[in-house]
Amino acid sequence: MHELSIAISLVEAAEEEAGRHGGVVSAIHVKIGPLSGVVKSALASAFQLAVEGTTMEGARLVVADVPLVIHCAICARDHEVSGDTWFVCPGCGTPSADVVCGKEMEMTALELES
Amino acid sequence: MSTPRLVEVRQNILKKNDVQARALRERFRDAGVAVISLVSSPGAGKTAFLERTLAGLRHTHEVAALVGDLATANDALRLARSGARVQQITTGTVCHLDAEMVERALDGWPLDELDLLFIENVGNLVCPAAYDLGETLRLVLVSVTEGEDKPLKYPTIFNSADVALMTKVDIADVVECDRAALTANILNVRPGMEIFEVSSKTGAGMDDWLQFVVSFTARSRDAAREHANSDQS
Repeated sequence: MHELSIAISLVEAAEEEAGRHGGVVSAIHVKIGPLSGVVKSALASAFQLAVEGTTMEGARLVVADVPLVIHCAICARDHEVSGDTWFVCPGCGTPSADVVCGKEMEMTALELES
Repeated sequence: MSTPRLVEVRQNILKKNDVQARALRERFRDAGVAVISLVSSPGAGKTAFLERTLAGLRHTHEVAALVGDLATANDALRLARSGARVQQITTGTVCHLDAEMVERALDGWPLDELDLLFIENVGNLVCPAAYDLGETLRLVLVSVTEGEDKPLKYPTIFNSADVALMTKVDIADVVECDRAALTANILNVRPGMEIFEVSSKTGAGMDDWLQFVVSFTARSRDAAREHANSDQS
């Protein structure tokens, strides 16, 4: 439901960066983690609405998934986790709230055409 | 046609909100005010709980509240009965508060005179998770009527919170809520999180919660003082 707000923020941020680097945006690359609270398909639809009437109309949105990785202090290593056992070390079963990655909602790159 | 250039621009999509939230957090710290935000699904009991909390603190602390809803000022009117300073934020169709709305609502407020500010977010377990409001502590509420697996269904918001609160515990048996299972599920998505169990109706559990808030407020004030001293030296 908040994907439209996020898409508008994304378009504004991309416009600002494009202004700095010069050129017309033909694609925006983003990284979305499972803990970001963003639904990819909703973001893709919202993005189409957000670019309408801007210089970015027709630009592509390229979404890269980020895995959820937690750090286990007992095993002293990082583990990729998924499903209902998000915050439990798959190695030793110890709960861990130490999130290494998975919260990302990042604009990573722009494709610019001159 | 020329080949597009790929330019790296690594930044949070909500950078503008993050920057505004950081500025708010600094303002709160400089003013020595502790800020607690409340998030939950609609109907979990945020406003009733806040009414009790404001009433319990207002004789010893300068407390205030911002309250977010899509429409109506009903919640602000309810909370204002406690005598605390209250401001409604109506978001229109927006499903969450953001830092800019908080900043605008606080325009002209004497923050220095406050000990504690509560920010009640729009009832929603999804969207508010992504928006930093500059708060010092995020409290997530879940009522015993919502089903024990609520935290597993909405892990992002539970994981983003600092403290959890189980509400309406006076009717837990009637609605056959397994409080131990609900607690276990909260801890599943946020290991180690402190959990309070309260009833805003009977007042059960409120003493423990209020005690927590009082010491949290004192800690925030100490942190502000320490920061001010380190700035001078």
